[in-house]
Order: sequence, then structure tokens, then C-alpha cells
Amino acid sequence: MGKILMKGNEAIGEAAVRAGCLSYFAYPITPQSEVSEYLARRMPEVGGVFLQGESEVAVSYMIFGAVGCGARAFTTSSSPGISLMSEGISYIAGAELPAVFINIQRGGPGLGGILPSQGDYFQSTKGGGHGDYHLMVMAPAGVQEAVEMVMMAFPLAEKYRNPVMILGDGLIGQMMEPITFPDHLRTEPPNKDEWASNGMDTRKSSKPNLVKSLFLDPKELNAHNLLLKAKYERMKKEDVRYEPYNIDSDYQILIVSYGTMSRVCKTAIDNMKEDGMEVGMIRPQTLFPFPEAAIHDAASKAGCRVVVSIEMSVGQMVEDVERCVRGKCPVEWYGKCGGEVPTPEEIAGAVRSLLEKNAGSFGAKY
Amino acid sequence: MQNEAIFAGFGGQGILLSGKILAQAAMVQGLEVAWVPSYGPEMRGGTAYCMVVISDRPIGSPIIKNPRHLVAMNLPSLEKFAPLVKPRGVVLINSSLISIRAGRNDVDEMVIPVTDIAKDLGNVKVANIVALAAFVARSRIVDFDLLREAVTGEFARKGNLLALNMEALDRGKDAALRFR
Amino acid sequence: MGRIFRKPEVMTDEPTHYCPGCTHGLIHRLVAEVIDELGIRGRTVGIAPVGCAVFIYNYISVDFQESAHGRAPAMATGIKRVRPDLIVFTYQGDGDLASIGIAEIIHAANRGEKFTTIFVNNAVYGMTGGQMAPTTMPGQRTTTSPFGRKVEEVGMPIKIAELLSTIETPGYITRQTVIKPKYIVQAKKAIKKAFKYQMEGRCFSLVEVVSICPTNWGLTPVEAVKWAEETMLSYYKLGDCKTPDSHKGV
Repeated sequence: MGKILMKGNEAIGEAAVRAGCLSYFAYPITPQSEVSEYLARRMPEVGGVFLQGESEVAVSYMIFGAVGCGARAFTTSSSPGISLMSEGISYIAGAELPAVFINIQRGGPGLGGILPSQGDYFQSTKGGGHGDYHLMVMAPAGVQEAVEMVMMAFPLAEKYRNPVMILGDGLIGQMMEPITFPDHLRTEPPNKDEWASNGMDTRKSSKPNLVKSLFLDPKELNAHNLLLKAKYERMKKEDVRYEPYNIDSDYQILIVSYGTMSRVCKTAIDNMKEDGMEVGMIRPQTLFPFPEAAIHDAASKAGCRVVVSIEMSVGQMVEDVERCVRGKCPVEWYGKCGGEVPTPEEIAGAVRSLLEKNAGSFGAKY
Repeated sequence: MQNEAIFAGFGGQGILLSGKILAQAAMVQGLEVAWVPSYGPEMRGGTAYCMVVISDRPIGSPIIKNPRHLVAMNLPSLEKFAPLVKPRGVVLINSSLISIRAGRNDVDEMVIPVTDIAKDLGNVKVANIVALAAFVARSRIVDFDLLREAVTGEFARKGNLLALNMEALDRGKDAALRFR
Repeated sequence: MGRIFRKPEVMTDEPTHYCPGCTHGLIHRLVAEVIDELGIRGRTVGIAPVGCAVFIYNYISVDFQESAHGRAPAMATGIKRVRPDLIVFTYQGDGDLASIGIAEIIHAANRGEKFTTIFVNNAVYGMTGGQMAPTTMPGQRTTTSPFGRKVEEVGMPIKIAELLSTIETPGYITRQTVIKPKYIVQAKKAIKKAFKYQMEGRCFSLVEVVSICPTNWGLTPVEAVKWAEETMLSYYKLGDCKTPDSHKGV
């Protein structure tokens, strides 16, 4: 099949349909409303469900209800909307439901702005909602990767019975790129009779299923949360994804960057290479689980003097990078927020000045 | 080799569509392409622009500070983007709505009364296709036949608009070939 | 001799955790009887609320989802949209439905979602310890209105059945009570009708049930019934507010 040119938001909607998800609930918010506009036409064509809810709060529970009775369902929103959904996301994580949430990030806090941002790193990887839970978080760096991650998100959510978040940004949503929908990423949903409240007749059982997150007995809740933790540990073993870039070179500085920002970094790295300067990069594709070992190893490489986390925020992922580098060399942050995406030239400038600043650092080999 | 073009003008001038058609033609030509719009409250009447990046290699940053080319459909667009264009790039000025020039002697300035040509064709809305055709004819950023194919694809299911836009395409190309 | 009284099949043997005099157990039983009589146990999904009735799933043996406070109508919407063949009911209290979840219930009713809501109105937050609810009566003392509900500060109690009846979309909205045996027969009929409308795919249905909370009212059950009858029933009038047949449509 040839490539087609599609806007990120529309491609995301189509990818979900191709992945076999025929239920979509959402509330409009810039810069992702095109997903809803696309699916409002597309879902009826495939016999699916499209519903515009009364609020993001309600939408997160429509997803709960739909996924809780065994359907594949997803929603899309942008930062302020995800804040409103965070209550539902916590309940969904607590009830171990395989829902998919897509955040086309815009600037914050508050009403913030509508331009691309990566300000929701903490929100998506560290919680957002209340309680002891994690989302699996995937961060696409382009429209094609967004398509693939959306298609992968449903089986991954089902594998862990845990919500999956795709963390994009306004650029991914608004940009058009040539794409294909890989057939091999189409999956059949697994049988959910063991836990779904899909009606006893549906599964020919006389035992009711209960989908819940309440465990009043402290021992029970402790056990439940340890079970959740075991899932997160398993994610760390089995589903860490990242892309190394120019990592076999003799770099003195290592970039860690994801999503839209990492694309710009790639261009900067290519440009610096032409100027005879080597820079390595680890691009986390999953932000949770985080590529801890890959970053540690890359930072530990002989000759690496400094690691820089480059983000469209004022420094969120940098805390995870520091945690992974574990003192092997200094960790710095560079970035911009508010909707301005740093240019390759700005990144090159920052990289040079950081190298100068850390000229005294001898790096990992000592 | 990477090329970039900014299409800029009023909201409602079909700016985003021009860029999309160019991107479509480039994709069919087998090139890598990214189309990045401005978006926000200026849906109608405000300033609108889009950037089309075309490359023979995977595109890293789609955010371009200094694009190769500019198609300026109104005055604010020219004032905003002309200083950013790389030397030797094409700067198309819609002289129907812009009375000044780019103020650069290192770019390939092409002055065409795009809106008047469209009015002459009977529909001001095809100004975007007139400009797109003139720009492609001048810059050769994509194969013109593939551009024709892309325009056909865009309007094939829109009834009588197809013939009008094909006419706009030819008039734009002619205007570019006749310029200077 | 035939058996004339027995526990509904769908009810479990689990003793309820409700306080003496509480009407939740009675309302559970009516719902259970209706599920039995309509033969829908195998395709029913209940939504348990946040509130005293959260453990309804321990007493009624059908599939359940447990909601967050106020969000049950959104969850029921999610289920009915993807599985219209399931019979879905929410069971909600007044803090849940009339306060934090009022947006969800209004929009579900307005969309004409084909599920059934049992709305238990006892004029107080029960599980959290007797705080003022949107349905608390003027002058009624609660832990957060210790001097009595002051209308000039917090307004009049919300009449949910009447409020939802202003919605133009067809629906079945009724107010019943279970505080005396004479009312219980009517209440059960209404609940059955509400489920039937859902089964016929006709409309959203809601049965408001005026109830008592002796514990949080600080009254004996007998005093509570008297207070409810005198104070609540004169404000919360019993009867159908709206039926799908009464709706003239557009």
C-alpha cells in the first residue's frame, strides 16, 4: 500500500480504527479537535461508537464504562483536558482497565497556550491522578510513529490491564506527514471474560464480575498496589523502547530527548557531525517505563563528559535522566516552553556552551 | 537536499491547502515531506501560514527558522517572512494586495498579481492555486506534472471546481514563465 | 401450599451493612425483585455509587462496575453505547447525583441514554457522616449546617425529578418513596416500569426514592419516617413527573 498524506490528529483517529478500536468518547480542545471531527464521520462508517461527552471528566468515565464491559475504547485530549480526566485515569488504573488516552500536549500551567509543549511529562509519568499507579507512556516523534504507537497501545494496555498514554504534542497533531497503517499491528482483542462486567450471559457464567478500585481493608489495598507495582516492574523488563542515535561515535556530550524535541535534536546532531563534532542521543520512545539502563550505559561511555536533557518544558525529564546517570557525569537541562520549539541552531549553541561549561569534567572513565 | 517553502496570507485565502497540495505532489515524487500549519484562534480572517519541508532524506526538525522559499499572499506575510528567506530562494509577491517589495537583493523575487488573475478567472478563491502554480513553475521544487496530478486529486470530487482550478494552474504557470 | 414470600434469587445471603432503619436494603430488594421478574440477571450491569450503597454489589448478584462520586451516569453511558443489549442501572445517592454528579445526570438524561437510575434521596450525605446535601431541607441540621440549612446562604433543596423533567428529550422520571408499606408497592411498580422502558429501548429512566437516614438525622427510625412524611413529602411530591408517552416531542 502506498503512503498517504495525513494530518497527525486524523492519522491518530484512523490508526485506532485500524487497530480494532471502535469506541471513541471525547470533548473538544485545541490542538486535537480534528481527531473528534475525523472520527465523528469515520466511526459511523465502521459501525463504531462516537460520542462527544459533556466534559473531560465525564469522558474519562465513559471510557471506564466501555472498557470495563470489555470493549476497546479510547479518547484524545490536550493538557487541561487531561488534568480533568486524571480522576478517571486513577480509577481506571485502580480497576486495572486497558484504556488508551492520547494527550496532544499544549503549553501550561493553567490555560497556558495552544502551541506544542512537553509540560505534561510529570503528569503522565508520575501520576496526574491520585494514588499508587503508573501509566505506560509512549512518546511519538512523528506522525508515522504516532500511528504505530496508537496501534500498539491497545494490545499493550490489554497485556498489562493498565491504561496507556500516548504523549504527543501540538506539532505531532497538526503536522501532515506521509504514512502507512502497518497491517501487522492489527490485533484481535483478547478474551476479557475473566474480569469484564460484560453480562453473565455473554460469558455463559453464573458468577458476576465486579470492576472496582475500592479496597477498604488495608492489607487488601496493600496487596492490590503491590500487584500493580509488579506490573510496572514487568513493563520495565519487557516493554522499554528507545532509539539510540549516533551512539557509536566518540561523543563527549549525550542528549536525552523525546517526541518533537528529539527530531530537532537529530537535525542538530547531523549538522554538528558535518562540522566535525560528535554528539550522541538516546531518544526514549517509552517515558514509562523509562530507558534507565540505556541512558546509564550511554552516559558511562568513556569520553562522555556531560549529559543534557533537552525538553520543551522547563526541566521535567531531566530528573529521571539524573536518576539514571547516577552521578557518572554532570546532567544539565536545556529547553524552551510556551510553544517555541528550539531550532537545531539553538540546540547546537546550547550543546557547545554546555561542553565548555563542563570542560573540567572528566566523565565516566574516571 | 532539503527545501522548504512558507505559504502565508490571510485566513480564508486557501493558504493551508496550497501547502498541502505541494506536499502531496512531493510525496508522490518519492520525497520525504512534512507540512506544518500555524493554528489557533485565527481560523478566519487572521494571518495563516504553513511550512512545507521537502527532502530526499528523513526530515529531522520540521521547525525551520530560515526557509528556502516564500509565497506571500498579503502584506503582513511579506513583512514577517521575507527577511527570513535563505539567499537565492524564490519570494513570490502577490502584487494585487502588496504594493512593496521584499527589500532583498539576494533572493529571486517574483511579482505576480495573483488575486487579479483569480478574479479574472471569475473566482477570487483560486488565487491560492494560481500562486502555487507560479511558485512551482519558478522554483521547480516538485515536478509540475505531479503538481497537476495533486490538484486534480484534490478537486476531482468537487464538481465544477476542478476545471476552474486547472485553469488557475495554467494561468499561474504562464504568469511565472512570462515574468521578466 | 405455595410459598408466598422469599428472597429474590438475585440477592445474596450476605447481611447488609446498613444502619437500623435504613431504607437502602429495602430499595435493593425492590431492584432485585424487578431483575428477577424481568429475567434479566444475565445481562444486567449495575453501577455502584460512592456513598453508603457502594457495597450494593455484595447484595445483588449481577455484574457491577464501581463508580467515582457522581460519575455513574457517564459510566453507564459508556457501557450502553458499546453494549446496547446490556441492561444497565446506576444506584446513586443525593450527594452523588444532585451535587458532584449533576452535570453527568443532566447530560445523560438529555442524550436520552437508555439506562435506569435509582436515585436515593435522604436529604443528607450518609457515608461521610451526615453533611449537608443539595437536597437537605430548609432548617435541617446536619454536621455542616449545624444551625440548620440557611436558604439565604445555600439556596433551596434541589428537586431532581422536576429539574430533569424540564429536559425536552423523552424520558421516564418519577418520584416514589419506601418509608411506609403503602408506598412500597407503587415504588416497585415504578422501578419495574423504568427497567421496562430501558428494555424496550425507549428512553432514559430515573426513579427518585425519598428515603430516611435515622442515624445521620439523629432520630429513631419511627421519628425519621414521621419527619420524612411531614417535611420531605410536602416538598418532594410523589408521582410521575414525566413519561415518554406524555412527551409531545417536536
